[in-house]
Amino acid sequence: MGAGHGHRLHYHGHSVVHRAPAHLKILALLGFVLTVVATPREWYPAFGGFLLVLLLVIGLSRVPLRYLLPRMLIEVPFLVFAALMPFVAEGPRVAVPLAGGLELSLSESGLLAAWGLAVKGSLGVLASLTLAATTEPNDVLRGLQRLRLPELLVQIMAFMIRYLDVVTADLGRMTTAMRSRGVDPRSPRHWPALARTLGALFVRSYERGERVHLAMLSRGYDGRLPDLERPTP
Amino acid sequence: MTTPVLDVRGLAFAYPDGHQALFGVDLHVHQGERVALLGPNGAGKTTLVLHLNGILSATTGQGAGSVAVSGLPVEKKNLLEIRRRVGIVFQDPDDQLFMGSVRADVAFGPANLGLRGAALEQRVMGALEQVGMADFADRPPHHLSFGQRRRVAVATVLAMEPEILVLDEPSSNLDPASRRELADILRSLDVTVLMVTHDLPYALELCPRSVVLSEGRVVADDRTIDVLTDEALMRAHRLELPWGFNPATVDSLPE
Repeated sequence: MGAGHGHRLHYHGHSVVHRAPAHLKILALLGFVLTVVATPREWYPAFGGFLLVLLLVIGLSRVPLRYLLPRMLIEVPFLVFAALMPFVAEGPRVAVPLAGGLELSLSESGLLAAWGLAVKGSLGVLASLTLAATTEPNDVLRGLQRLRLPELLVQIMAFMIRYLDVVTADLGRMTTAMRSRGVDPRSPRHWPALARTLGALFVRSYERGERVHLAMLSRGYDGRLPDLERPTP
Repeated sequence: MTTPVLDVRGLAFAYPDGHQALFGVDLHVHQGERVALLGPNGAGKTTLVLHLNGILSATTGQGAGSVAVSGLPVEKKNLLEIRRRVGIVFQDPDDQLFMGSVRADVAFGPANLGLRGAALEQRVMGALEQVGMADFADRPPHHLSFGQRRRVAVATVLAMEPEILVLDEPSSNLDPASRRELADILRSLDVTVLMVTHDLPYALELCPRSVVLSEGRVVADDRTIDVLTDEALMRAHRLELPWGFNPATVDSLPE
């Protein structure tokens, strides 16, 4: 038994970027992402500049790109959507010759939209991963607290981080139990069973939430978490 | 006679869906006692425990009777003090440990009581030392083994300096070594204990007195050894000793 030990995103290190105060890093990330999103997508050189800045920060943090790039897989659904844009968008079309004499007709505005979506998304994801790799989850929470994010939201995020492993382990055990009884979670034939598992997982997690709340009340919880700030040892 | 630490009188309770769980329970636990609360599944043990610190009460369902802790009635206006006096350790440590580090988790209760700074730190480390987990203060709870998490869960409650420690199935899911270590810890504590358990040898080892709850009523309240050797009583209330265990031949109990 016992939950996993690894940090999924954090990369242990002692660089300048690791040591910078969490709330500054969060503000920098927010500023960076807003700037990227607000830049018109036709300003092609600007995006090169953004990438350069980002690579510089990653270089300073000494987190290897080999560590960050596989974790960018999370944005694949967005990229798939971006790749669809040139086919479905309206407006003037360009013809792209393909091998074998075939021609592909793509929408110009769609291509532009796909480029915008892909480049802005990728820059944002890479920047967020850099923050996650250089900042412990608890420090991110303290940073958000210092930035006066509403207490309730910080609490919800703290619980999410704490119980992510527990719920994943729950799901892992449930799928193992399903497999042991001959279910292949990947085969569409068994999707109904998978859906019921997810429903059961939701109910379980909800009930756990209630038990956690009881345990908190039992120790005098009154709606506020005591300061997350670590007392100096 | 001194005021009992726990004084439950005529406690009856039905859940809002109409299911009646308790039918007039009387229970007294005195200072320094270690009492086991035994009973089959569905006997109302958990319902009783949740009454002890006011999580359940006549206002959350249909109920009657009273609970008092060291003379203080369990009522809405006393809840914070009641929850300090009654420390409940729940069965699943993952329900009880929810902060980012062991230290923060143990500090949660005393901080809610208003402790800050050095006094808080002292209370936290004191409780962790009592359960032998002081070296793990800065670890996240979910990186500990199950036995260690159970011990930290006990520390989270000890840090509130309760008058009575209520343990829900303390030995469940522990390997034999962790089970024995927890018994050593519980014996070393100078605190009144009420222990809900199905682990009858554990009850015999730790608790001189046992109370049997069955279908919402107290059906026995006696020395643990007498309860466990009363075959008619045991059979009537679905209590069974593990195979090969004979309480009559256990001659020396650790004290």
